[in-house]
Amino acid sequence: MADRVEFAIDETVDITDVVCPVTFVKAKVALEELDAGQILAIRLSDGEPVVNVPRSLKDEGHQVLKLADNCDGTYTLLVRRMEED
Amino acid sequence: MAFSNEQLERYSRHIILKEVGAKGQKKLQAAKVLIIGAGGLGAPAALYLAAAGVGTIGIADADAVDLSNLQRQVIHATPDIGKAKVCSAKQSMQAINPEVQVNTYQCFVTAANVMELVADYDFVLDGTDNFPAKFLINDACVLSAKPFSHAGIIRFQGQLMTYVPGQGPCYRCAFQNPPPADAVPTCRQAGVIGAMGGVIGSLQAMEAVKYIIGQGDLLCGSLLTFDALKMEFRKIKLPRRDTCAVCGSQPTILAAFDYKQAACDLKPAT
Repeated sequence: MADRVEFAIDETVDITDVVCPVTFVKAKVALEELDAGQILAIRLSDGEPVVNVPRSLKDEGHQVLKLADNCDGTYTLLVRRMEED
Repeated sequence: MAFSNEQLERYSRHIILKEVGAKGQKKLQAAKVLIIGAGGLGAPAALYLAAAGVGTIGIADADAVDLSNLQRQVIHATPDIGKAKVCSAKQSMQAINPEVQVNTYQCFVTAANVMELVADYDFVLDGTDNFPAKFLINDACVLSAKPFSHAGIIRFQGQLMTYVPGQGPCYRCAFQNPPPADAVPTCRQAGVIGAMGGVIGSLQAMEAVKYIIGQGDLLCGSLLTFDALKMEFRKIKLPRRDTCAVCGSQPTILAAFDYKQAACDLKPAT
């Protein structure tokens, strides 16, 4: 099953302590610190962040791999850092 | 060095930009810009560069804030009258962004100190109001291979260009020598619309930011002129002159030197 695939996480960032648009900014900065191909796990809150952050990261050209509900009002989003253009 | 949440918020509109990002913001933090003249051009440039998070900003000006400055020099306020311009400017810049290191130089920039001043900086911004200073800054920047932004404003007109070592023409390629002292009126005699400093000084800050983050095309090899009455910008191509006295293949200017300044333009020391 596709959603059972395990990914090796290279770095994690918690963006539940900031609000829009800093949520996206914090995630973007954490991704920029990685090498292309590495995977970032982002802990984010339900609501606006879970709607907007994955979409914004996709727009930046990164690959959204998985969004998991932590069942505590937060989600974990896995994103693969893509090459810079 | 990682950004704090507060820095991420302060610079979020920069970091969101693809052309800036965290990398560009870090370059701004690491950059050192020298602004010569805390007047009509230097005021907006200093405010925007401080707000942008340029890590170290030097500001040089010998004058004190005068009531007649306040019509355009928006970095100074009415209670600052009589204070050294560099101190008043530093206060305003640090009120906007306490993270910025501001170095003040309360002195006239002359051949005796210009080389030492520019040596510590990555980019120089000419916000002076007279030809001798403009030629001095040009020569010093060419001789020490520093990129700089030239600008001038008078009445409803403004112009700017950017010099990048080894690339475009220098100010002297375009204007060989200062005009005779009485041929061109100064701002004091001719007047200048206050917002002109805002337009052109902000464009100088824009050039400095683009140079630092390494994005876009600079005004290297062209002079941008602005006529506010006609609301027209013109970009005039400027060739590099191989016979230029300072940046040409056989330069005759090998050290910075001072032109004589019209006596009426120098304020008596107070």
